[in-house]
Amino acid sequence: MNLALVRFALRRIVSAAAFALIVAASAFTLTRLAPGDATTELVASGARPEVIARERARLGLDRPFSQQALAWARGMLRGDLGESSMFGRPVRALVLERAAATARLAGLALLVATLIGLPLGVISGATPRHWVARLTAPLSLALVSILPVVGALALLLLAASTGWLSIEPGAIAVPALALALPLAASLERLQAQAVRDVVSAPDLVAAAARGIPPHRLIWVHASRQSLRPVLGVYGVVIGSLFGGSFAVEVITAWPGLGRLMYDALRGRDVFLVSGCALAGAVCLTAGNVIADLLRAIVDPRARETS
Amino acid sequence: MMRGHDTGPAMTPAQRVGRAILVAVALGALLAPWIAPHRAGDQLTDRAYAPPTRVRVHDAAGFHAPFFYPQTLTDRLRRQFGVDTATRVPLVIGRGALLQSSAGDQPLLLLGADSLGRDVFSRVALGARWSLGVTLLGALGALLIGAMFGAFAAVAGGRADAWLMRFADFVLVLPAVYLVLVLRALLPAVLSTADVFLLMALLFALAAWPHVARGVRAIVAVELRRDYAEAARAAGAGRWRVVAHVLPATRGFLAAEMILLVPALLSAEAAVSYLGLGFPEPTPSWGTMLQEAANVRVLTEAPWMLAPAAALFIVVFALQLAGARASTRAVFFDSLASHASDPS
Repeated sequence: MNLALVRFALRRIVSAAAFALIVAASAFTLTRLAPGDATTELVASGARPEVIARERARLGLDRPFSQQALAWARGMLRGDLGESSMFGRPVRALVLERAAATARLAGLALLVATLIGLPLGVISGATPRHWVARLTAPLSLALVSILPVVGALALLLLAASTGWLSIEPGAIAVPALALALPLAASLERLQAQAVRDVVSAPDLVAAAARGIPPHRLIWVHASRQSLRPVLGVYGVVIGSLFGGSFAVEVITAWPGLGRLMYDALRGRDVFLVSGCALAGAVCLTAGNVIADLLRAIVDPRARETS
Repeated sequence: MMRGHDTGPAMTPAQRVGRAILVAVALGALLAPWIAPHRAGDQLTDRAYAPPTRVRVHDAAGFHAPFFYPQTLTDRLRRQFGVDTATRVPLVIGRGALLQSSAGDQPLLLLGADSLGRDVFSRVALGARWSLGVTLLGALGALLIGAMFGAFAAVAGGRADAWLMRFADFVLVLPAVYLVLVLRALLPAVLSTADVFLLMALLFALAAWPHVARGVRAIVAVELRRDYAEAARAAGAGRWRVVAHVLPATRGFLAAEMILLVPALLSAEAAVSYLGLGFPEPTPSWGTMLQEAANVRVLTEAPWMLAPAAALFIVVFALQLAGARASTRAVFFDSLASHASDPS
């Protein structure tokens, strides 16, 4: 661990925290200033004005926005995210629960995708005539074209008609695969490209000339060098996973942040919306920071930027 | 990163196939009202979840002009349908639609019917206009905003450039689906179809521009230092005049960006409409139509309800083929590939 790396890490973490706070504050402001609030449904149901007024007072909606925002910010400093008006529970517990579910889903998908995608990418990049590579190329082109919504529905159909995968509520196989398969294909293609770029590099030609056996050349020398560009996209991969997991969660009824966020928005649950935004931003930037740090460790040049 | 005019070598067969599919889809969407045998809202009596009618040219008696067997509802409760193989319903061309049933009481259901007895084929065809239209308009909007923002930052330079790009990076990290969802959910839920169309396109543009801006800024910043920009400046062109000379250099980049944006925005449209925040009934969009399909019973008993998902797949696949270069470019949900290729 050298000083430059530590400084880089600190800078990244501080900007990540700022990012998460800005996202949460924007979500709070937007939700609060948008037309309608948590009592809109009560109004629509024809409740008496006194009842609505009492409910608004209980939720603190009758106070001016500046006061509400101040109270929210003060709570944030103490680690209190307020109470959800829909669930009548503290936002922090709710959000932690759901964020853990999303993180588990995304983590598993990332792991599966990496384990499938990278080795296949090395094979198709280094030995394009190998039968594995010939099989992978069209398959990965097809898988890359599967949008999260489409993949989730197709896997649901497959699971329901064959019984190969469980479709019980809480079963992780369908949502995880729906996320992992297109990602595996993307990683395979990136890895293949990286290996293709590397195998013709002078140092590898020299290594081959020294008589290093091909499999060692591919799996040790080329793989290690091709790691850098692939690692470089992991931050983006995590962002994509997050976006993709939204549709997948909603379709497969996975109790993650996506669904909670949607419900909170629908119910104009101000504290819950900003809590979800905060949790999402934290997960997203945590993933990005980890990816950046890994890249900075592998590639000293990356420490210079940002 | 690609720059400038990207004619390159001749098109690969894969690119040709991809383009052909895209042209076919575009024509299908444009001509949808003349292709669809039914209107989007037409509810056919006794046809809820009716299976697709198979078009045949051959039966026991030999070959015929294209026809299908009439369908009858045999069990209303279990929604079972039988076909009467004794009679043939011939198809006719050009009676209000490209292909139409010749018998008024025997509708042609190429892709079956949904829960309200509406023709899925017609709805997929008509829905293509809304889904693809809003995606394309949104993508064009994102290109426009991104190009203007990026060019402005590059010309402004210095501190303004740094802050503008910081803002772009901030928006870039937010997943587009969430951004669209939040903004859409906070606006009135019930809007007319035309309003939804414009609003969604605007939200897509607002969610997707930062990546374009980054690329355009990088290209413009480099081009501004080249000789021809210098020459323009020496000839007395002002800052903005020079930008007008430089912007065409981003053409290749913008084309590649379009291929990344369309799948990402189609995905966002599908997800947001799926949640019921898209086009109002009975206007079909592919995402809205999939709402019904995400139910295990419907999936197993009426798998034709997945037709919009198949349509989404075909469009994205064709885009991949059309955009594929000799060296592959991968596209994940977002814009992974362009990140991989630009090391910044």
